[in-house]
Amino acid sequence: MKQKEIMLGNAAIARGAWEAGVKVSAAYPGTPSTEISENIVTYPEVYAEWSPNEKVAAEVAIGASIAGSRAMVSMKHVGLNVASDPLYSVSYIGVNAGLLFCVADDPGLYSSQNEQDTRLIGASSHVPVLEPSDSKEALDFTKFAFELSEKYDTPVILRTTTRLGHSQGTVELGERVVPKDKPYERNMKNIMMPASAKMRHPVVEAREIQLAKDACSLPVNRLEMADTSIGFITSGIAYQYVKEVFPEASVLKLGLVYPLPDDLLKDFASKVDRLIVFEELEPFIETYLKSLGIKCEGKELFTRQGEYSANMLREKLKDEKVDAKAANVPNRPPILCPGCPHRSTFYVLKKLGIHACGDIGCYTLGAVDPLNVVDTTVCMGASISMLHGMEKARGREFIKNWVAVIGDSTFMHTGINSLENMAYNRSSATVMILDNSTTGMTGHQDHAATGKTLDGTEVPAISIYKLCKAMNIEHVVEVDAFNTVELEKTVKEETAREELSVIIVCAPCALLKGQKFPYKVKAIPEKCKKCGMCLKPGCPAIKKRPDGTIEIDDTLCNGCGLCTQLCHFGALEKYEL
Amino acid sequence: MITKNIMIVGVGGQGTLLTSRILGGLMADAGYDVKISEVHGMAQRGGSVVTYVRYGDKVAEPIVEEGQADVLIAFERLEALRYAHFLKKEGVLIINDERIDPMPVVTGAAEYPGEIIETLKEKVTVYSIDAMAEAKKLGNQRVFNLVVLGMAARHMDFSKEDWIKVISEKVPKKTIDINIKAFETGYQS
Repeated sequence: MKQKEIMLGNAAIARGAWEAGVKVSAAYPGTPSTEISENIVTYPEVYAEWSPNEKVAAEVAIGASIAGSRAMVSMKHVGLNVASDPLYSVSYIGVNAGLLFCVADDPGLYSSQNEQDTRLIGASSHVPVLEPSDSKEALDFTKFAFELSEKYDTPVILRTTTRLGHSQGTVELGERVVPKDKPYERNMKNIMMPASAKMRHPVVEAREIQLAKDACSLPVNRLEMADTSIGFITSGIAYQYVKEVFPEASVLKLGLVYPLPDDLLKDFASKVDRLIVFEELEPFIETYLKSLGIKCEGKELFTRQGEYSANMLREKLKDEKVDAKAANVPNRPPILCPGCPHRSTFYVLKKLGIHACGDIGCYTLGAVDPLNVVDTTVCMGASISMLHGMEKARGREFIKNWVAVIGDSTFMHTGINSLENMAYNRSSATVMILDNSTTGMTGHQDHAATGKTLDGTEVPAISIYKLCKAMNIEHVVEVDAFNTVELEKTVKEETAREELSVIIVCAPCALLKGQKFPYKVKAIPEKCKKCGMCLKPGCPAIKKRPDGTIEIDDTLCNGCGLCTQLCHFGALEKYEL
Repeated sequence: MITKNIMIVGVGGQGTLLTSRILGGLMADAGYDVKISEVHGMAQRGGSVVTYVRYGDKVAEPIVEEGQADVLIAFERLEALRYAHFLKKEGVLIINDERIDPMPVVTGAAEYPGEIIETLKEKVTVYSIDAMAEAKKLGNQRVFNLVVLGMAARHMDFSKEDWIKVISEKVPKKTIDINIKAFETGYQS
């Protein structure tokens, strides 16, 4: 019997890749995909790296595949937008050794800026898409993806969702089998220029038609015939909800969600009285069924938004109302942690009445109460380029009380290009790089400016300061995030300057290992004048007592001391630990 | 066996992930099919977080839905109230009697509800404990979640020895003793 283990979906993908003999893995961290890399790096036989962004990571994997070794790249759904340039063209090239794109969608928006559906990108780039429905399949499908990739000479997408990647379930472990590296031969198909692309386009089309045919008998597409009064076509995590509520119904469970198997779909549809398509996000399978003239129900019953559940099926198809009412309670939105250096930065910006073009990271939380400094968030790196666009549209006067705020990891991801643009096209804006020495939001991953690689090896860190200077930006200043006096002075000076400037605001993330202030703060209630100054930055460790004076929650306080700088009456005091 | 449903709710950063690792290990050791669903990423930054643990002969979906939980373990009072409707009528609610103000309460936009435990007791079976105070007595407030888990363990189908075995495997080596003490404290109360 095979050895069994409980594994996170993302850990199972890493295990599957290891068992499939993957030699190279590249990624940029992004919830809900991050743990794939964090697990794959624990297998010493695999070279695994954090790349600066998803495009670079994809190209690293493509290079490895063309050189003859199995390779993979993993990312969150919006990361595929960044990597879509190589994806669309490597679809034409195909592979030498197996090539896998692991892409994690986020229905329900647990940690993302949109709910895009990767299956649509698979279809438009003509890349097959596999979708597992639990940890076991995550492992098995990852292995299968490499076979599929080599057999059909195509990259393959393994599409997961937050619920799949962040759920643990039982997997069956196998051995690692490393196929011999494929011989490298110079081949015109690896050179995508018009003449060769023209030759490859029909190959891509033929490949897809063939795979769609073969998909009718692929074991990942599973027919579970039972009661035929109702039949479901479903895939991924949605399949589990169907099994939960309709264990006796007939189900066509699709493991390969693109291309779809015409004959299998038609055959199944003809055998059931009522056909329901149960798929999260876009009506991808449903639209295809309708294009084949197959009658089915889907989005008229179930939403395009958020995650699905078993209760949705109970309600819509069994008319069972769930008798459970939620209490009306205050929300608990995510907040900046106690001791977070961004709180100090946003406090200063708010005091100065400054608006910020924001970016992707924990500091997006500068958009909400009580800070309300961040005005925009679009995608990685956009803070800098958008501020530039604002200035070009409305002039210097418009942006004189604006800055761009971007974290160190996001700056290294795609912020560099945007700053290059500002330097080149004569911006007069101020960019604040909030350097907390890590990729914070995704749980502390290193990058080129931290001086450590994915496996913890120390390497020379790229200096963000020198990088800015190399762009011929004259005014680049480094400031300690927790020195509010200095920070305020610097922001005033630099935003007043009619030239491009960069303020690098430094202080490590409060949750970073080894990062501990040697202090905590205590409140002295007799001195408290109930003025509320210390409450302004919204630190969760500071609480108001019923009499209006302040107390510090000792278990939460991180000792950053920001509040002691704000109290004019000495009612908050640092003490050494 | 019919699938059993457990939920752990709390505030991001309270250590719900460790608790679910212990539960998962316990159930896998007992030979059950187990599925656990967690929250990573942005919500972990002080937001409301929930972990679902399901075990039985064969588990399909990895989440617990409204009206389905056998045991709800709440690391904070307001979170107990937020998720109480996930409990079955005969379900058991374990509450760590602690208050952490969410931002709308801090800014004065909302009020922290009063008498949460009393209100909940009218509807379901509630056991509560000031786990932070107990953990402080033991000399390490960070083990408060094991105090809560100890209390919950009384209402689940596993022997104390099984719990202690899996706790010893899942917590950092240096902290095994204090974690077991914390568990015992909750179990006894």
